[in-house]
Amino acid sequence: MAQVFQVIGTRPIRHDGLDKVTGRAQYGADIQLSGMLHGRVLRSSHAHARIKSIDASAALKVPGVEAVATAADLPESGDRIAHLGEGAVNLRHLSSNCLARGKVHYKGQAVAALAATNPHIAEEALALIKVDYEPLPPVMDVREAMKDSAPKLHADVFTEEMGQLKKDKPSNVAKHFQFKLGDVHKGFAQAAVTVEREFHTATVHQGYIEPHNATAMFNPDGNVTIWCSTQGAFTVRAQVSELLQIPVSRIKVVPLEIGGGFGGKIRVYLEPVAAVLSKKTGKPVKILMDRAAVFEGTGPTPGSYIRVKLGADKTGKLVAGEAYLAYEAGAFPGSPIGPGAMCIFACYDIPNVLIDGFDVCVNKPATAAYRAPGATNAAFASETVVDEICRQLKIDPLEFRLKNGAKEGTRRADGPIYPRIGMIETVEAAKKHPHYVAPLAPGSSPFPRGRGVASGFWFNIGLKSSVTASVNNDGTVSLVEGSTDIGGTRVSVAMQLAEALGIRAEDVRPVVADTDSVGYTDVTGGSRVTYATGWAAYEAAQDIKWQMLEKAAQLWKTDLDNVVYDKGVIRAKDDPAKKITFKELAEKIQHKGGIVVGRATVDPPWPGGAFATHIVDVEVDPDTGKVSILRYTAVQDCGKAIHPSYVEGQIQGGAVQGIGWALNEEYAYNAKGEMTNASFLDYRMPTSLDLPMIDAVIVEVPDPKHPYGVRGVGEVPIVPPPAAIANAIYAAVGVRMNELPMSPGRVVKALAAKK
Amino acid sequence: MKKIHVTTTINGKETEFLCELRQSLLEVLRDVLMLTGAKEGCNNGNCGACNVLLDGRLVNSCLVMGAEVQACNVQTIEGIATPQGLHPLQQAFLEGAALQCGICTPGFIVAAKALLDQNPKPTEHQVRHFLAGNLCRCTGYDKIVRAVLQAATS
Repeated sequence: MAQVFQVIGTRPIRHDGLDKVTGRAQYGADIQLSGMLHGRVLRSSHAHARIKSIDASAALKVPGVEAVATAADLPESGDRIAHLGEGAVNLRHLSSNCLARGKVHYKGQAVAALAATNPHIAEEALALIKVDYEPLPPVMDVREAMKDSAPKLHADVFTEEMGQLKKDKPSNVAKHFQFKLGDVHKGFAQAAVTVEREFHTATVHQGYIEPHNATAMFNPDGNVTIWCSTQGAFTVRAQVSELLQIPVSRIKVVPLEIGGGFGGKIRVYLEPVAAVLSKKTGKPVKILMDRAAVFEGTGPTPGSYIRVKLGADKTGKLVAGEAYLAYEAGAFPGSPIGPGAMCIFACYDIPNVLIDGFDVCVNKPATAAYRAPGATNAAFASETVVDEICRQLKIDPLEFRLKNGAKEGTRRADGPIYPRIGMIETVEAAKKHPHYVAPLAPGSSPFPRGRGVASGFWFNIGLKSSVTASVNNDGTVSLVEGSTDIGGTRVSVAMQLAEALGIRAEDVRPVVADTDSVGYTDVTGGSRVTYATGWAAYEAAQDIKWQMLEKAAQLWKTDLDNVVYDKGVIRAKDDPAKKITFKELAEKIQHKGGIVVGRATVDPPWPGGAFATHIVDVEVDPDTGKVSILRYTAVQDCGKAIHPSYVEGQIQGGAVQGIGWALNEEYAYNAKGEMTNASFLDYRMPTSLDLPMIDAVIVEVPDPKHPYGVRGVGEVPIVPPPAAIANAIYAAVGVRMNELPMSPGRVVKALAAKK
Repeated sequence: MKKIHVTTTINGKETEFLCELRQSLLEVLRDVLMLTGAKEGCNNGNCGACNVLLDGRLVNSCLVMGAEVQACNVQTIEGIATPQGLHPLQQAFLEGAALQCGICTPGFIVAAKALLDQNPKPTEHQVRHFLAGNLCRCTGYDKIVRAVLQAATS
């Protein structure tokens, strides 16, 4: 039976909203500390080079410059793997990514840093640091890098081939693995239609508007405080602890407001460097990146080469699927090839599957998580091939998905069997939507128009969250959580506490705390905060309820089992006259009975996963190749939408990042391996003028384990757009785009090739 | 380095400051006057996060030198609300959930104010056109455009 809610599903104003619309909210770059120095980072001018020497003596002579740091100031990190919530990282590589040791592996890699009394002095002094490089040939493309003849990035990276490390010779291929289900040869033998295609996708950046920043104060007693914008304060603490070899208890990370992350603000870049410079100077040091450094030195998500082969029988039932995915890890192993390979056929029930995945180093920035990491590349390939099969079999693409869509009990090729999921429900909702029902109308322009659809999957994660919740004597609750709020999670977590206690969302005061002030909490990532931290808030509410019942029983001198908690009111079972509201009792216990503080820590089970189905209408200018989005509808299973406005916001924002990835965004490189478009103007993310309204349609198939049925919503909306748009372009002009972005030049080229 | 003395009006109040010749208005606002509502997203006029009104005109404060604002009238995000309450745009952003991370929000509100000051009843296309110099990576602009249209009705 569906639960009836008082708070969940309403749209209260977020608690942190006022500070954010008045400019008062304090983001990482806004912090000012007394005696603070300004740090800047010198970055590699080569895509691939050996560092022969670094001479900072001239820079140190500049008045105002107080310290310089290089890799020599960081302890040698071993080959240990640190798990960061979304992805894992080798600490030796992470250290070299903060300050390069011995070699640089991409243009823009941090080589040295200095601290000065003024940011301009710091910038000018950087130019006086002399780095003697021995340039090496770069390798920029995933398939080039996989060749035996390719320049090798690392002497100590070997291929892990199906779980076995092949230590005979170094390789850029850090990993090759396979997922197998059934027998693909037998499967393809049953196919009436088989389509096999190749795809390329460009490197793209998360594109958060706030550049990375970190401020550190390393005290003489060995305690370090770090203020920064991060998706995970505890994750920063763990990384700094490992990289500087300081116990976690000596490090306090204070998360300030964060100006976007999308996965890109989990790994540390500046935090350990600021700490080292602070230790050397005895003063707080603030380091801000500029936009070019953000593009050249952080993120991005990988470029990739993908081959997909799908077969269906004459009734349109998928019988076999094969995929080969090679993802660019960038400078160090660790692309999201694992999730990419798991997601590529995850929307479908296919009995016979073979998937090969490759993690490949190239001379580009070390890739970081980006919203459903790895899944968008994969879906671009698989969902385009699905569309071709539908065309060949003359089956409506949504009918095809209803026939083949994954459901409860479907086994994914990498092993898991789905619990209750909502793939089919998103397709049904899309099929009924006025957008899909209405025929595509010709416009006033002569340009051809087309409609496309695509689906997408993302796992979501659980992981650990802690909260404490203190009952105030005015009947409100102060909620302390460890999840940094990147898009409205203070309110969505507070609403779950309010629902459980039967109080108003406005009567919960949520605070995001530093690492000394709340229990361990994993990153804001994996679409997990409303799911897991919300679950912790629910559990803390249960803790509060029990304590409040005890207080009421004491007050009425009755047994605990004679009192019940019902939507914010406590009643005695045996006496209808005895009832007291949460607020009244909160005031009473201040004077007698003691204080009530609820607490909870959760490590929830793996969630059921999120599915989305998108519909897009496009118009293609055949002369310029420009693709315009006319109408966009994004349907998504959200389990239960706690605050529907912010759920819609996640869907709309994710879809638009996917649209940018589809049509505009890419890292452009010259022959020397230098990024040639490291600015917002040249990288060209979507603006308000490029887009229509994005119709977000919420479908609710509750996650069976979560107390309120929540599913994470943040990531999956980025997955379908490139394929949906590619399919719409085909519908409009009859060309299959197999490369991202589908920028005007590529569309014109494809149209010319068709003629 | 020798500093320049500047007298100007910021959010309706006469203000004096000293700045270096090389400091942008954004740096002066943030680092000298501690008005950190204007944000640096790109420092080259691409993103609009540092938008302020200079004598009523919308500018990227990262592209204006601090020394240029002598005897000008500068309005920043901190000056949009009054002690009596929020500006209708701020209220519409809150009620319409037109922000997620919030880093671009001050710039959008200042830019949208510039639009409504000159065109109190814009169409959706006019809003989209005017705000095309402000980048938001979280919202996909849908709720921002709606909030501006909503504020225009109040």
